[in-house]
Amino acid sequence: MNRVTVARIAVICATIALLEFMCLAGWIDKITMQAPHLIARDLYRLLTSGRMNGAIVKTLTNTLIALLLAISVGLIVGAAIHRWRAFREALDPLFATYYAIPVFAFYPLLIVVFGLGELPQILIAFMLGVVAMIVNTLNGLDRISPVILKTGRIMQLGPIEMAWKLSLQAAGPYIITGVKLAVAYAFIGTIGSEFIMSTGGIGYEISFAYNNFDNATMYPLIVLILIVSIIINAVLTHWERILLTRRGLR
Amino acid sequence: MMEAVTAHVALKGVEKTFPAREGRPAVHALGPINLEIRQGEFFSVVGPSGCGKSTLLEILCALSTATNGSVQFEGKDIGSTVPDGVGVVFQEDASLPWLTVTENVAFGLRRADLDKTERDQRVQDALKLVGLIDFANSYPAQLSGGMRQRVCIARTLVMKPRLILMDEPFGALDQQTRLLMGDELLNMWRNTGASVFLITHALDEAAMLADRIGVMSARPGCLVDIVETGWPRDRDSRIVERPEFGAITARMWKTLREESIKTMGRSTPASEHQQ
Repeated sequence: MNRVTVARIAVICATIALLEFMCLAGWIDKITMQAPHLIARDLYRLLTSGRMNGAIVKTLTNTLIALLLAISVGLIVGAAIHRWRAFREALDPLFATYYAIPVFAFYPLLIVVFGLGELPQILIAFMLGVVAMIVNTLNGLDRISPVILKTGRIMQLGPIEMAWKLSLQAAGPYIITGVKLAVAYAFIGTIGSEFIMSTGGIGYEISFAYNNFDNATMYPLIVLILIVSIIINAVLTHWERILLTRRGLR
Repeated sequence: MMEAVTAHVALKGVEKTFPAREGRPAVHALGPINLEIRQGEFFSVVGPSGCGKSTLLEILCALSTATNGSVQFEGKDIGSTVPDGVGVVFQEDASLPWLTVTENVAFGLRRADLDKTERDQRVQDALKLVGLIDFANSYPAQLSGGMRQRVCIARTLVMKPRLILMDEPFGALDQQTRLLMGDELLNMWRNTGASVFLITHALDEAAMLADRIGVMSARPGCLVDIVETGWPRDRDSRIVERPEFGAITARMWKTLREESIKTMGRSTPASEHQQ
């Protein structure tokens, strides 16, 4: 275990210990927050009881669908925009200001058009994730060395082989950055939309618990989301590190 | 002495003009070029910066098209697609950083209709030829610049090209490494029997490696002199010790000096216009 990992673990442990101390000492009252050891106990009980299985499966499934859509559409649209300069010039201002637009503001419209089912929630998560994928795909494709593309032509690669075997591979590190951002945005989109336009899912359960002062449910669910996000991010970071190390970029 | 005199590559009246663009005038970058490269010949081209050497190479491998004239490889016109049997090594590092050395070399055989045993054997042979067999599982980032260039050469050789085009392949290397790489290149050339078309800015490199050297004028680049070295096929870098070597280099420099001075008087080289 290297020094950076030890330092990270030390910071997390120190924060948890501080919270534990503040809760047990009464500096943070029980209505505001439970002690971390109680949150851990409640999370264990929540998971083993199976009470939240439906909500967990719904949130993770919707996030996964939105993420897969964002990745595939982002890659295809990113590659297409990179190829057609006029198209890109038209869309560039939109990408530059996209995240200044509150996507959640469109939820009444999405409910009117698609109803109260899963689709509007998936769409919001997709809309948040897809632009990060497009922008990072474009960044990666912009930075491919022209000699790599000439090599592809010399090797007589067709357009699909050129994209799949050279361009997207060469842009790999940027695409992974896009995937990491898309994961984060997809989670934000799914859970955020469950808060305001759903009758199920982890976001809805957190909101419901909050309104009923049910800290024994709310905090374990927040911790659960944190754990899932950290695990996914750690896997992607590990993958990114392998790619960068192979290319001598780390 | 050359054993075969069949024209392997024939250029007739080849010219290239880059059209006017974004307020800049059209540039007549190249030609007319008339040249025949013999079967199995090592032909080198030297010329001042911006004279169209790389443009000429790109026309030969169909990465660019000539504005006028015809280019034939093995008696057939080169169209808009890269002809089979032509391999190219660029000056820049063209190794694929996400693949191992073996995977890089095997990438060249992607379209070849070979079974796995033969494919593996060809990759192993190419790696042995360029001296990278001990680095088969390394990634390009773990190799030096010279070794990465050898990966690209192996990827070209594995396809068994009958014509190898090289655009200043050793341009980024130090002098000693260039001489040694030159020896390896001569060795590969003898073993494969391919014709080689080498672009270089180094007169000594051209004089050491080539059977004939074409000296190009300032833009629009034309062949103003063709120097026959008369070296035996079985040669290496020790040829630089011969008295004729100095005479060959001096003859090239006499022409090239005047052309380089003309180029220095210009503001925009053709390569810049192309970008």
